[in-house]
Amino acid sequence: MFSSLFETSFSANDLMFMLKGAGVTLMLTFWAVLGGTLLGVVFGVIRAISPWWVNAPLGAVLDVFRSIPLLIQLVVANSFKTIVGIHWSPFTVGCVVLALYMSAYCTEIVRSGFLAVPTTTRRAARSLGLSWRQDLTEIVFPIALRVALPSWIGLTLGVMKDTAMVWWIGVVELLRSSQVIVTRIQEPLFVLSIAGLIYFLMSFPIARLGARLEKRWREND
Amino acid sequence: MNYTFHWLPAFRALPEMLWGALVTLEIAVLSMVLGVLFAVLLAVGASSQYRIFRAAAVSWVELARNTPALFQIYMAYFGLGSLGIHLDSFVALLAGITFNNAGYLAETFRGGLRAVPQTQVRAARSLGMGQIQAFRLVVMPQMFRIVFYPLTNQMVWAILMTSLGVIVGLNNDLTGVTQEYNVRSFRTFEYFALAAVIYYLLAKFVTVSARLMAWRLFRY
Repeated sequence: MFSSLFETSFSANDLMFMLKGAGVTLMLTFWAVLGGTLLGVVFGVIRAISPWWVNAPLGAVLDVFRSIPLLIQLVVANSFKTIVGIHWSPFTVGCVVLALYMSAYCTEIVRSGFLAVPTTTRRAARSLGLSWRQDLTEIVFPIALRVALPSWIGLTLGVMKDTAMVWWIGVVELLRSSQVIVTRIQEPLFVLSIAGLIYFLMSFPIARLGARLEKRWREND
Repeated sequence: MNYTFHWLPAFRALPEMLWGALVTLEIAVLSMVLGVLFAVLLAVGASSQYRIFRAAAVSWVELARNTPALFQIYMAYFGLGSLGIHLDSFVALLAGITFNNAGYLAETFRGGLRAVPQTQVRAARSLGMGQIQAFRLVVMPQMFRIVFYPLTNQMVWAILMTSLGVIVGLNNDLTGVTQEYNVRSFRTFEYFALAAVIYYLLAKFVTVSARLMAWRLFRY
């Protein structure tokens, strides 16, 4: 048993294959985070300033994405794509679903950041002669950013980890590529450990950065 | 669009899917109960004076938070298999989600503990309460109030995570049952859309009952 722990048929080629998978994971994350953040900022600001009859339906629709497993969302979106006859690659479907999924969470983060700015501060800005637009860009945005950025980093890492589910609709990302190698060389523990290590290395430093930002910015409050 | 929807077979599968939803709920509840137990141990371990407990707690928490849940389930199912520990897919799924829950909840509990000021413990002690009494009567109720919302959030997460069981071959939870029907008929959209509705209702059920509980528990 112990000899099998130290002798492995895992080759440099296999490692390259997994790193390529990690590249796909990062690309998926990039597009999902880009789309999700843009949508999230728009929806979040709308939710923060709109009357209840816009706010409530928008919130309810976005809540759907947070109440259904991502795996199910991916399968439903993928089969719906086939039904209506859009010819998207699984990668594109994955990006779109992940972006919508992220936007639902990002909306809440942006909204709570926006609402964390005290009304009195904003009124003070307006009475100092700042216009509505200046109030948003010079006062609300910097304060809201401090509140929202740590959670946004957490969310980004969450989405990065959730990309692992995309292989179910046929995208070969990091976890799937490790599965491919496991099927060939039959050393699941070793190969999966490498996959885990790569995920950890992609996530841990950024998680630390987020924690540090959160701590440092809290001191200035 | 030349596709005809066939909802009837999906609705015929509904009773079995609802039984699957019960299994889903069962796994989620079990993983939460076990997760809370482990999380308490981890939170205590992280502030232990022994280095080995600290290291173990910290590595559990960081591993759980920095790798995908699916990876953790894979590790329980395929990874442990090469050490000679063969879990069936139900246990592997439960182990994976519990590992994940414990990691996230440990941080929640640590935050909750820190949010209760030390001065309150001192005040309680100087009023003549014992250490355990002070914890039970002063710290616990306040901490519970703080961690209650993250706890319900994690419960919803646990329900969503159970859907990953199908990837390690679980076939009696909601996603598993749905997939069984799907491979027999390839009415993918109909079956999974119905499953999505059931998951939504499950998640709403949890959040609404949590809100009712909070309303009942946290009033003065």
